[in-house]
Amino acid sequence: MAPLTQTKTGRATVEPRAFSWTWLGVAPFFLFVAAFLIWPTLSIIAQSFLDQDRRLTLRNILELGRPFIVSSYVYSLQLSAVTAIGGGILGGLLAYAITIGGLPRPLRDAVLSFSGVASNFAGVPLAFAFIATLGQLGVVTQWLRSVGISLYPAFSLYSFWGLSIVYIYFQIPLMVLIMAPAFEGMRREWREAAESLGATSWHYWRYIGLPILLPSILGTMVLLFGNAFGAHATAFQLTGGGSQGNVVTILIGAQISSDALANPGLGNALALGMIIIMGVCIGLYTWLQRLSARWLRS
Amino acid sequence: MAFLELVNVRKSFGASVAVENFNLAVERGEFVSFLGPSGCGKTTTLRMVAGFEKPTAGRIVIDGVDVTDTPPNRRNIGMVFQSYALFPNMTVADNIGFGLKIARRPADEIRARVEELLRIIHMSEFGRRYPYQLSGGQQQRVALARALAIQPKLLLLDEPLSALDAKIRASLRQEIREIQRQLGITTIYVTHDQEEAMALSDRIVVMSRGRIEQIGTPFEVYNFPATRFVASFVGTLNLLQATVVDAAIGLVSVEGQSIRVARPLTQHRSGDAVSLALRPELIALDGQINSEVNRLSGTVEDVTFLGSIVRVRVRLSANKLHFDLFNNPQLRPPQPGSLITVQFAPEACLVLGEDASPAHPMSASAAQAA
Amino acid sequence: MLKRFWPWFWFTVGAMYFLVPLYATFDFSLRARRGELSFAAYANVLNDIKFVESFWFSFQTALATIVISALVIVPTAYWVQLRLPRLRPVIEFFTLLPFVVPAVVLVFSLARTYSRTPLTDSREGLWVLLIGSYVILSFPYMYRAVDTGLRSINIHDLTEAAQSLGAGWFTILARVIFPNVYTALLSGAFITFAIVMGEFTIAALLAQPAFGPYMNRLASSRVYEPSALAIISFALTWAAIAAIQWIGQGAQARVAGPR
Repeated sequence: MAPLTQTKTGRATVEPRAFSWTWLGVAPFFLFVAAFLIWPTLSIIAQSFLDQDRRLTLRNILELGRPFIVSSYVYSLQLSAVTAIGGGILGGLLAYAITIGGLPRPLRDAVLSFSGVASNFAGVPLAFAFIATLGQLGVVTQWLRSVGISLYPAFSLYSFWGLSIVYIYFQIPLMVLIMAPAFEGMRREWREAAESLGATSWHYWRYIGLPILLPSILGTMVLLFGNAFGAHATAFQLTGGGSQGNVVTILIGAQISSDALANPGLGNALALGMIIIMGVCIGLYTWLQRLSARWLRS
Repeated sequence: MAFLELVNVRKSFGASVAVENFNLAVERGEFVSFLGPSGCGKTTTLRMVAGFEKPTAGRIVIDGVDVTDTPPNRRNIGMVFQSYALFPNMTVADNIGFGLKIARRPADEIRARVEELLRIIHMSEFGRRYPYQLSGGQQQRVALARALAIQPKLLLLDEPLSALDAKIRASLRQEIREIQRQLGITTIYVTHDQEEAMALSDRIVVMSRGRIEQIGTPFEVYNFPATRFVASFVGTLNLLQATVVDAAIGLVSVEGQSIRVARPLTQHRSGDAVSLALRPELIALDGQINSEVNRLSGTVEDVTFLGSIVRVRVRLSANKLHFDLFNNPQLRPPQPGSLITVQFAPEACLVLGEDASPAHPMSASAAQAA
Repeated sequence: MLKRFWPWFWFTVGAMYFLVPLYATFDFSLRARRGELSFAAYANVLNDIKFVESFWFSFQTALATIVISALVIVPTAYWVQLRLPRLRPVIEFFTLLPFVVPAVVLVFSLARTYSRTPLTDSREGLWVLLIGSYVILSFPYMYRAVDTGLRSINIHDLTEAAQSLGAGWFTILARVIFPNVYTALLSGAFITFAIVMGEFTIAALLAQPAFGPYMNRLASSRVYEPSALAIISFALTWAAIAAIQWIGQGAQARVAGPR
């Protein structure tokens, strides 16, 4: 054990000559992160700039311009945007309803617990829940048919909009989980102060409520966007994992088991593209969070 | 007719009654405090005046208009909250100008008014700051300016200083009073701090358990408390167990020592158990010449040096008694363990019954006058 | 009450979105026998030896993940709070990275980087990669839970008290710090458990016989059993979350008690 001395503040501290040992305490964490996250990721990023003979090249990056890869990125981006906005709006309204909407307290607790579960709902269970609901033999499909509306063949669960509906199932609860505390942070006194100054409900939301919440709402939607963009299991289950005309994550997944693109470097570039997009999402999210945290500090 | 009137106001939440039988008339320009412990209904009453709570029964009239059913945004009332409640997304200037902007006043007028108010609160340099860049005291001054900007009929302050530290509290208290006098605005001030209420108010409404205990000037409330609650809540008080010896001439006994009270005890009969209430500052060491005084003897138990005053605790046999001496470096304070005799005038004695019966004929009349 | 119309409306919409698919799945899972409602699909699932095997495999994997994650995170979070507070943002950044590097990219990178090493050539090696990835995925939850837990106790005083009684670092961690962040650790552990049990992407792409890929395979060969499986897996997650809340309430009561 390192020798201890007393500083002026009375805290026992390690003497300077033993300083380097202090860093040893966090070494296991950094070793682990380096081995299983940083090193592999960096090496993929680096390799996307190398050809098969390990020479520097931009060919892999340029090959991202292949039509089916571009369309795959566009598909993923559209899917993420639609489900982030759709899930964000529905989840935001639900979060509003259970917090400051004035619904009974037990409902709030129930929705929050449920959201904790449902936000982790993905892959087979989620896909099958919707096959049983909106598939050809689904409960809702049959019910609609009985009232004279036939979803099929116009609709398919495996189409863009079908996938969107399924994704929104885990987007809503994520939005609820993050936004409920934000709504609860809206102080009653703000509304009362506004009212006593003559403001109507519309004034309050227009000038105070929405502006305060907007960074949180946008930030959370950005997070939802990334959440959908990185999702793999649900899309794989619903679309079967073919490499053509599909979300980016499935394209990357297909590169592991078989080199479907006949170019290992291209797989790396695909991953790089995802990392960049996700990095932008997290950066934007962090910035927006800081914006609202700054206001609410005092 | 008074400027603000609350008539038989009552508020209950489900089965529990928050405010009951509340009657108050406030004159134009008056500064009235609601004083009481937390949960006494003072804030609820204030919120009913503001319109955030609807009375279960009774009427609220402002400037001759019954506003009982008027929503808060049409009452034209300025409100200041304990937690400042500044809009965090707006600058100081936007906060102050918010009410005028809602009322669609011209931009020039808003700017001029905001500047004027910033001057009044001595914060002209701070217009472009955001609330999070201000200290608590500054935030509360902005909140005050925001409430005043709309030239409200009434200014309501809900424990505005209790989140601030002691020094700022004292200076801001002074500032609030000055601004209020300057503008002549009718003000209701809710607080649990009796010193604050006394320093600020024209009149104090002392409340307990949803009821008014006493309404009076600070002088009346402190010197002639109408009830046992008021006597013990406002200021420090010695309460001694006593027995009435002769009600007609105002003679009671504390542990066998006779005490003369200034007035006959009309409320009590001889032999009644009562409490004798004495303010510490009205008790002195024995030895001064006055012969018509009461005396009590006991043992000094503890001496606490508080700076300008020295507080002495004296034990009789069953009762304890505090009294204050002014600090005097030339005099040695009493020593613990020594025997001591203190004296006080019959006029200093308040006799309190077991319940909330009036202690003093004069205070009863004071309550009626108010 | 018309005033509460919109909150109720949105609550109803949300509840429908949440509950109708669950109801439909449950309804579907009961129809394995033509013309009657039965739990036959559940019986089929539970009697399938592959179900038991994959479930057991994922269960073991989850436990290993939790243990390793705890062993890495608790000393790290403790040490950062005690001695290296400046490092906190750095650690937080690294625990956020799993959001930037989605599971599919993570497993892709691992498979590429460690290809043609013992890690990818053997079954055991792949299992190590699997657990390694899961530990990385668990960091955001575990670190946040433990960090909050540590903040609620005074680790400086506890450490000095233990040191003054002659305890070494191992004793301090094992006998003082771990027991005090136990509840925080458990809540992180249950989230990790729920995630690992249902995880598909990494397990499938590393060709591991885990529960997620099993569900996927079953889904392509059977009709009603996958619905039963979905209900089972949902109930499992629910149980884990309920355990977190139950423990959380216990912890609150414990903190609030002695004050």
